[in-house]
Amino acid sequence: MALTAVFFYIFAVLAVVSGAMVIIAKNPVHAVLFLILAFFNAAGLFVLLGAEFLAMLLVIVYVGAVAVLFLFVVMMLDVDFAELKAGFIKNAPVGLLVGGTVLAELVALFMARGFGAGIAKAPAAVMPTAASGISNTEALGRILYTKYAFFFQGAGLILLVAMVGAIVLTLRQREGVKRQSVPVQNARDPATAIEIVKVPTGSAVVPSAEAQR
Amino acid sequence: MTSFLTGLGPIYPEIIIAIGAMALLMYGVFRPETDANAEATGWLGVLVLATAAMTVALDPPAPASLFEGAFVSDRFTDFAKLLVIAGSAFALMLSFDYFRRVKSLKFEYPVLVLLATVGMLIMVSANDLITLYLGLELQSLALYVLAAFRRDNVKSSEAGLKYFVLGALSSGMLLYGASLIYGYTGSTNFTAIAAVAQGKAAAESLGLIIGLVFLLVGIAFKISAVPFHMWTPDVYEGAPTPVTALFAAAPKIAALALLVRTMHGAFPGLGPQWQQVITLLAIASMLLGAVAAIGQTNIKRLMAYSSIGHVGYALVGLAPNSPEGMQSVLIYLAIYLVMTLGVFAVIVSLHRKEGQVVEIADLAGLSKTNLPLAFALFILLFSLAGIPPLAGFFAKFYVFAAAIKAGLYPLAIIGVLSSVIGAYYYLRVVKVMFFDEAKDKLLPVPRVPGMIVVAASVFVIFFAVFAGPVVDAAAAAAKVFKF
Repeated sequence: MALTAVFFYIFAVLAVVSGAMVIIAKNPVHAVLFLILAFFNAAGLFVLLGAEFLAMLLVIVYVGAVAVLFLFVVMMLDVDFAELKAGFIKNAPVGLLVGGTVLAELVALFMARGFGAGIAKAPAAVMPTAASGISNTEALGRILYTKYAFFFQGAGLILLVAMVGAIVLTLRQREGVKRQSVPVQNARDPATAIEIVKVPTGSAVVPSAEAQR
Repeated sequence: MTSFLTGLGPIYPEIIIAIGAMALLMYGVFRPETDANAEATGWLGVLVLATAAMTVALDPPAPASLFEGAFVSDRFTDFAKLLVIAGSAFALMLSFDYFRRVKSLKFEYPVLVLLATVGMLIMVSANDLITLYLGLELQSLALYVLAAFRRDNVKSSEAGLKYFVLGALSSGMLLYGASLIYGYTGSTNFTAIAAVAQGKAAAESLGLIIGLVFLLVGIAFKISAVPFHMWTPDVYEGAPTPVTALFAAAPKIAALALLVRTMHGAFPGLGPQWQQVITLLAIASMLLGAVAAIGQTNIKRLMAYSSIGHVGYALVGLAPNSPEGMQSVLIYLAIYLVMTLGVFAVIVSLHRKEGQVVEIADLAGLSKTNLPLAFALFILLFSLAGIPPLAGFFAKFYVFAAAIKAGLYPLAIIGVLSSVIGAYYYLRVVKVMFFDEAKDKLLPVPRVPGMIVVAASVFVIFFAVFAGPVVDAAAAAAKVFKF
């Protein structure tokens, strides 16, 4: 138990510190690297909670795909982050004042009225215990394709829309693009591939329209 | 294992449209990219929607629920789904001639409209916070792309981007609310939430109420109720006109149906709490819709403020929390759908050789150059203003009658006053059409929009004669909810 607590504090502190570093870091590439560190620590917290599948997803999806995408964007687009952050220190007091006021109000509100613990909640689904021999991943899989089949398919349709949308908004049929067509290449024979041109003395060879294509 | 595959009857409309959209995508991709093929895809899309509408109409009236209560089907969903499908189908039919004139006819357009429609149908049938969110996102994502569909046009891209950013913000609020509701009630299912969120404990639970308010804010964004309407005029103006027609018609109905289902399905025990919010939204929307439209010179922006106002009137029917109120909302939505599609069928057809006409001043002297079109627009605008004996009058009449019966006199009085103010800007368009000096002739109205204009005008004029079926269907749909 004590060991779990030690790891919890290590992961939690690192997650918060690296989260802060994401916005403090001057170099945007460093910021993205700190973001990846934050993801790893959050994944560690998930493992401590017994949700190893979520931890895997976090590492694979967020670190493997999203953070790498961020890195690409940061490196490809020339965004001047120093300029974006120029007003940060100047505006910080105002932001702190507004944020602090809202926070104080919320705390006062909840102190006065409580969190509404009085409602009898609907019973939560039971987590599979280690003794049942069902792993976290398996338990998710069992309901994802049965109880939640409809949601799963719905999410699939949303991804289809995203794909169609991305193609509609970006694909352009450019004129004059040379494409390779293997059947056409294979079907060529000397009669169509070779053109014999009579060259008058002293002039250049002008390729015919057929040969240019 | 077979339990969730058998008895899929209630979800057939969604399945038909989803499979239809994928089939059309394949059809479009593997055929040469010509205008004729794109239009053929579009008409096939209309056919798919018609098939789905038939399936909805043949749906047995008994309430049914699927996927462990995540998806419900009853008279209310059938009514709303028929309206949504009709809105999408007619908006799709309006698009072909327009996109051919602006040279961006593409086969993806009907595919995206179909997928958006699936999202709207899922919203209408939602009985779970996850279903709600999935339907909403499916619908919204397709609509963001449609708003930016003319990607070479700056205004269209701007509309798409604005709609996307603000829509993402509203989704965030909605999700935050949903997570609070889940946290405080322990379930995402509306029926389970309703069982828990009852009585004094729920009314005093600050967390649950904050969650409810955030959820309402998210939905209010989607129906563009004031003060969450800021995106509407810009998006309506920038999006291609047939897309604007779609925005004004189908998603509003779906989101309002979703609002009704969420409030009555999940929070019947918190009635006084959400009624306050709805009343405020209704008053603000009616007033802003009436006042802000006066200064507009662009007819699409005018229609945006008009639609904001009409959402306000529809919410008036929701505020009393009574069967009459519910019935009046449904009647209002049906009539609003016809009027809006009619007006947009006119706007879509307004073209000159130089391009589309969107300024109200350009309509000057329309009565001299094209009297039938001017007359139809005159009828439709008078109906939107709520002048008897046109359909728009009956829509407002039912809503205000329900509010008065529930004793909400201030709401009804503000509603009547704002519809008087609102009549001014509709009348101004009519004045420009009939009494100003004629400008250059417009291009002839294409056949399909022309037919939709005629059909909408006939419905609006003779609504009093055949109101019976609509009113009865709305009454049957309203009976689904207990009050």
